[in-house]
Amino acid sequence: MAKDLCNTLADLKEDEALAIVQERLNANADPLGILDDARRAMEIVGKRFAESKYFIPDLVYSGEILKKINEMVKPKLAKEAETKSGGKVIMGTVAGDIHDIGKDIVVFMLDVSGFEVLDLGVDVPAQKFIDKIKESGAPVVGLSGFLTLAFDSMKQTIDAMKDAGLRDKVKVMIGGGQITDEVVKYTGADAYGKDAMVGVTLAKKWAGIK
Amino acid sequence: MEKKWEDMTSDERQEALFQKWISPEGAEFASAEAEKSYKERATRIKDAIQMKKLPDRVPICLFPSFYPVYYAGMTPHDAMYDYEKNNAAFKKFIVDFAPDGNISAFVPGPGKFFEILDYKLYSWPGHGVSPNHSYQANEGEYMTVEEYDDLLEDPSNYFYKTYLPRVFGALEPWQQLPTVTGILEMYGVAANFIPFGLPPVQEAFKALFHAGEEALKWGGAMGAFSADIMANGYPVTVAGYTKAPFDVIGDTLRGTRGVMVDMYRTPDKLLKAMDMLVPIMIKMGVGAAKAAGNPFIFIPLHKGADGFLSDEQYRKFYWPTLRRVIMALIDEGIVPFPAAEGGYNSRLEIVRDLPKGKTMWMLDKIDMAKAKKTLGQVACLAGNMPSALLNLGTPQQIKDYAKKLIDSCAKGGGYIMSNGSFFDEAKAENIHAMVDFTKEYGVYK
Repeated sequence: MAKDLCNTLADLKEDEALAIVQERLNANADPLGILDDARRAMEIVGKRFAESKYFIPDLVYSGEILKKINEMVKPKLAKEAETKSGGKVIMGTVAGDIHDIGKDIVVFMLDVSGFEVLDLGVDVPAQKFIDKIKESGAPVVGLSGFLTLAFDSMKQTIDAMKDAGLRDKVKVMIGGGQITDEVVKYTGADAYGKDAMVGVTLAKKWAGIK
Repeated sequence: MEKKWEDMTSDERQEALFQKWISPEGAEFASAEAEKSYKERATRIKDAIQMKKLPDRVPICLFPSFYPVYYAGMTPHDAMYDYEKNNAAFKKFIVDFAPDGNISAFVPGPGKFFEILDYKLYSWPGHGVSPNHSYQANEGEYMTVEEYDDLLEDPSNYFYKTYLPRVFGALEPWQQLPTVTGILEMYGVAANFIPFGLPPVQEAFKALFHAGEEALKWGGAMGAFSADIMANGYPVTVAGYTKAPFDVIGDTLRGTRGVMVDMYRTPDKLLKAMDMLVPIMIKMGVGAAKAAGNPFIFIPLHKGADGFLSDEQYRKFYWPTLRRVIMALIDEGIVPFPAAEGGYNSRLEIVRDLPKGKTMWMLDKIDMAKAKKTLGQVACLAGNMPSALLNLGTPQQIKDYAKKLIDSCAKGGGYIMSNGSFFDEAKAENIHAMVDFTKEYGVYK
């Protein structure tokens, strides 16, 4: 059966997708081709999410299936091949806040949209963002926070960028359950994303991708 | 003669529980004035919930997280480790802002208790988060997917021997506990007790006793607080809590990622486990309400928010078991008080399938006018005053927002002014503006 991995995975048919991968590996198919199909499938997943056909569980599940495919393919790979073309985005949940679900969704959506995401994790001190901006030269930074307390951490992080002379070099987007335009103003961010898709749109705009 | 509880309709039971709450037996009020205020406030809330007659004005409830602690100039760490300080902070908050309904002082919880048992499910001030921040949940798979069968077979046994040792570091030796249902006959009975003689198990029990003493101390302080705040004229609108079965799995056991993936990989087990949890969640709510003589049972709603599930998933996995819990509580005269933090716009048409005048819903990021036309036809609505506005807005912006809320929701009753999400930070003048404006503008004529 020459079933289409891309669509099978995009439709979240786990068993079938894994069977196709196994079959192709058994037939000594190019592992990079498998990963490329998987990447295209993730793009479709992202698109369906953007169109509200898919929801958070679909993203999470597609990620779980992808993890399995990667595990199957990895032993056959000569070297890490993937390069991202969309540009770099630094992401992290700000200091004092350990929530990661929202951030992880944005990371996922940026990733499937072709960005190289530098995920700093949760409870990230301002200095860590500064260091990463300097090191990577990423033009876009995403600050996540679920708690209202995160407003202050976001402001402190953005202030620290100003103090380090980096504020003009990056665009900053913020996101999280209680974020509004008032919070954007308060923190000194450039914009906020009401959901993950707005985050991707902002990153694309700022990175000059149409 | 008074009708027996078992012969009463759910309407009569609700009325009886409300009367118990409005006229608490043996309560000693600080003054005749405090008693009068208490009854007025409680009656106002009752009228809004029952949707039978108009209250005298729109009631106001304030549902803070750690705000009272900051407002009193303390840190969350102070509040979690000194119950007197905690109580002083919450009393100051309630007396200063004078809402009709409050949620007592239990939100911070006993830090030392969590410390003694080495609780892993949360990080709290000084333990994983800064002393200045509130506690936060640690996402994780605290039950593996293989353990569904153990949970289904014998949930209490599963909790004792697997779940508790995993989420409380001090109870790790409980993995060695016997299964209590093995204690049956003369011969062999003693064998079941051998684990209790093992030194690590005994250490775990010592920690448990120690933790129990701390919990008792805290419980005493909370009981004293509720009696005191009531004596001063302020009704408490929460007797205890229960949860949606889906959230028990998603928050407590399998974690967000776990429960989401289970919907695809093991839907039958997930459904079975939720089904099994329904009577347990009902008993939890009924027990708390009866013990407190207070009809309100809080139900924090988490993983069913907008975007967290598709419509189909919500209808299949989330709502049916939650509805069964809510309906059983209603049957016992209880007022289920679900709080939907985040968005719930896509669920309004579904959750309106409830009898009228029985529930109070706290809504957060929601189109309130739409909520009024749907869920609001059968349930009392509260909330939607945004945390960001309370924190960063001006009193005038708060008044404008409150006016909009009252104009679109208050007509015909069934509406309570309140904040939308449990808040840590706000400007005091903004909370005053919300309360004072509602007291003036929210009068029913």
